[in-house]
Order: sequence, then structure tokens, then C-alpha cells
Amino acid sequence: MIEIRDIRKSFGDQSVLKGISARFDAGKTSLIMGSSGSGKTVLIKCMVGLLEPDSGQVLYNDRDFFAMDSSQRKQVRTEIGFLFQGSALFTSMTVEQNVMLPLSMFTNWKKERMLERVNEVLDRVGLENANHKFPSEISGGMAKRVGIARAIVQKPSYLFCDEPNSGLDPRTAGRIDALIQEITKENGITTIINTHDMNSVMEIGEAVFFLLKGEKRWEGHKDQILESQDEDLDHFIFASPFLQDAKQAMLKHGGRGH
Amino acid sequence: MHFFSHFGRYLRMLAAMFVRPEQFRMYWRETLRQMDDIGVGSFLIIAVVSIFIGAVTAVQTAYQIFGNSLVPGYYLGWIVRDTTILELAPTFSCLILAGKAGSNMASELGTMRISEQIDALEIMGVSTEAYLIGPRLLASMIVIPLLVSVSGFLSVVGGYTSTIASGYVTSDEFIQGTLTYFNPFNVQLMLLKAVVFAFLIASVSSYQGFYVKGGSVELGRASTRAVVYSCILILFSDYVIAVLAL
Repeated sequence: MIEIRDIRKSFGDQSVLKGISARFDAGKTSLIMGSSGSGKTVLIKCMVGLLEPDSGQVLYNDRDFFAMDSSQRKQVRTEIGFLFQGSALFTSMTVEQNVMLPLSMFTNWKKERMLERVNEVLDRVGLENANHKFPSEISGGMAKRVGIARAIVQKPSYLFCDEPNSGLDPRTAGRIDALIQEITKENGITTIINTHDMNSVMEIGEAVFFLLKGEKRWEGHKDQILESQDEDLDHFIFASPFLQDAKQAMLKHGGRGH
Repeated sequence: MHFFSHFGRYLRMLAAMFVRPEQFRMYWRETLRQMDDIGVGSFLIIAVVSIFIGAVTAVQTAYQIFGNSLVPGYYLGWIVRDTTILELAPTFSCLILAGKAGSNMASELGTMRISEQIDALEIMGVSTEAYLIGPRLLASMIVIPLLVSVSGFLSVVGGYTSTIASGYVTSDEFIQGTLTYFNPFNVQLMLLKAVVFAFLIASVSSYQGFYVKGGSVELGRASTRAVVYSCILILFSDYVIAVLAL
């Protein structure tokens, strides 16, 4: 479980996060959504310590991340998996070496054992025969899968995904979403996803947090979005006339499942 | 950004390298990779430049001194040797390495920063300054003095070949000159310069790449800054070392 309390962050005179508090439970896919500039990337970077908030707390199972010394932070970081928007694969390494890197760095395992674990996670994300390919030789969707494999190879307790579907076609995006959700359930991970992809929100949003101009505007389950009276949320989710029509149709027929 | 802010961050970066490696063998592997990149990758250009610099120095020195019949022929070998060891080999080689290895370090680290590879390492819990900059610094400080030594030797060979070919002195005279008045301190000074210059090239170039912000335009600028600042610092420290040591 991760809890954030009153996180504030400014860059110069510009206040980007204005006191955000939230709780992200283990075994659930929690989605942070908001338009560009709403502060969701800054928030996720503050949560993993890539940025230091001006004030507030980030608690990993009640351990205050910013009250820790550097060695304690390092320990927490080994429990974190992170999928970057651009995958952030090491271009000079093969897929296998990319996924193996955290194991090489933080375990004393023999190469055979590391290889076994690497093959296990590559198999899990559906990349059985890509071990010796370089990042430049694989597609965007495959790179995301490699990113996921690298993020989960150390069996993390916390998984962060920054816009995992950006640049992917809807079908591949749906597969990536499903994969993240399956991995979350299988391992009881606390998963936090930054997105502005409405398909993701409506498919895997067990806990949804809507950010607007650096503030948490709305929080709830994906199924509560339809009934929300929040105008800003409504404009964000059902942004086009087509989606507004879809919403009316869903409301008329009693929800998405009908 | 103010000069002192940069300098403070540069010092912090250097201090951050002195941490216990997460896995010694990974750091060592990276150091070997960097040694290969800097050493093997730069050998050819250093060799070619050194031979020609030695050759040109020898011919031009011969042109200047042999109008005077009081100057013995073996002086040419002596002058070429000492000029090369004291100045040309360390300074010329390191200016070239600042352009080649320095810009390479800045652009490699800058690309890693822009494509979030450094963030990825940081989130994994890797000490990024220690893992990415430490091996570059260590590799440079090992390999560059070796390259400079080779450069010194090849410059003298270049000088020998050109003066014999142009008939200014005989082979025996040149060789006698290179063996006359040899002072081992000059070699120590050459190696000291090489180590200091290597440190400057690796640390300044890594700093420029490691903290780059923005996109490809900023990356290009950082790479250029790495070369310019390294060259200026090499020339400045060359002067300071000469004044202090001689």
C-alpha cells in the first residue's frame, strides 16, 4: 500500500501540485488521470523520489520515503518497478541484458539462475524469442513489454506505469492494460498508472484519481464515473460528441455491461 | 545558471561517485568497456596525429637551427624528444581526446538522460553518478596516460623519419640526441599532465551530459560545451602545472 499526504510541489512561481493526498491499495490497479499539465507526471516522479516535493509525505507501507536516509531509500527502490512512457530501455543492451540488469546489480545469483528468471518474465509478457534483439529492432508494443518485464523481474511490491499506452494502437494498448492488471492481481502488487487514455480508465480503473490543475478533483471506481456530477470530469472523459452520445446510450441502458 | 551553482553541482557529482558499488563486477565491466571505447577507439587518430606532429616539429626545428653551424646535429633529436614529452604528447593528445572521447561521453550520457535511461537506473536503486561517471573517470585516468605515452614515442619516431628522409641529420645523430640529457622527471611530468587532463576531460564531459535538459538541440550544445570547456581547462591546467613544476 502507498499513501501520499498533502504533496505540494512548485517550480519557481508555478505551483504544480497543490496538496494532493491519496491512498493506493495493494492488488489493485490505481489510475491517475488528467489532461496534459495537470501534474500527474510530477506527482508520480515525486512518489518515486525522482523529484523531491516541497512538502508532504509518501508512505510505502507506512515507511516515510522522504524521512529515510539514502541507503533506506535505495532499499525501497529495489521494491519498485517502473514502466516509462518511452520504455527507457538501454539501447546498447539486448532485451535479455535489459531485463537482467536489475538482477545483475542487486543479486548474487549465478548467470543460469538469472537467465531462468529473465526467460520466465519474458515468457510472462509474451516475448519468448526476443532475448537477443536490441531495442532498435523491436516494435513500440514489444518495447513496452520488455519494460514491463524489466519492471517485474525483481518481483516488486510497487509498480508504476507512466502512460503505458502512449503511441500504441488501441488493440496493443488493450493487451498492455490487461497484462498490467493480470500481473497486479497475480502478485498482489500496488500498481499506479498515469494515463489520459479513457479506454484504460474504463477497463482497468479499480481506483481512479482525477487531477485538475494540480489538485485532486475526483476519486472513485471506474463504474462511478458515469454517475459523477463533476462537470470537469465529465468534460475530460467524454470529451467528444461521439463519447457524449456513448455516455447517454450507456446511461439509458443502465451501464456499460448492457 | 550561475557559475557557482554549476561548480557546486559539479563537486556534488564528484562526491556522489564515492559510494559502495551495488555490484563490483558490474562497475568493473563498465570500466573495461569504457577503457576499450577510449583506448582502442582513439588509438588510430592519436597515432596518426602524433607521427605528423613529431615530423613537422622536427623539420621546422631543423629549418630554424641549421642555419647556425655552431649547433650540433644531435641537438635536433634532443629538442624533438623534450618538446614532445613535455608539451606536444600530453597537450595535443588530450585536446584531440577532448574532442573525440569527451564529446562521446557527453552525448552518450545526455542521450541516456533525455531518454530516461538514467531515471530508470535511479529508480532501480543504482547510484547513477557512481555507475555511469565513475567508470568513465577511472578508465580515462588509466587509458589516457597510456595513449599519451604511445603518442610521445610515435612523435619521436615521426621526427626521426622525417629528418632522416629530408637529410637534415644522420640517423646516428638523431638517435644520439634522443639519448642525450635525458631527465626522467620530464616523463613523470608528462604522465602527471596526462592524468590531470584525463580527469578534466572525463569529469567535465560527463557533467555536461549527465545534467542535460531538453532535447536533441540541447544535447548538441552540451556536447559542444564539453569539448570547449575541456580544451580551455586543459590549456589552463597545462600552464599551471608548467609554472608549478618547472
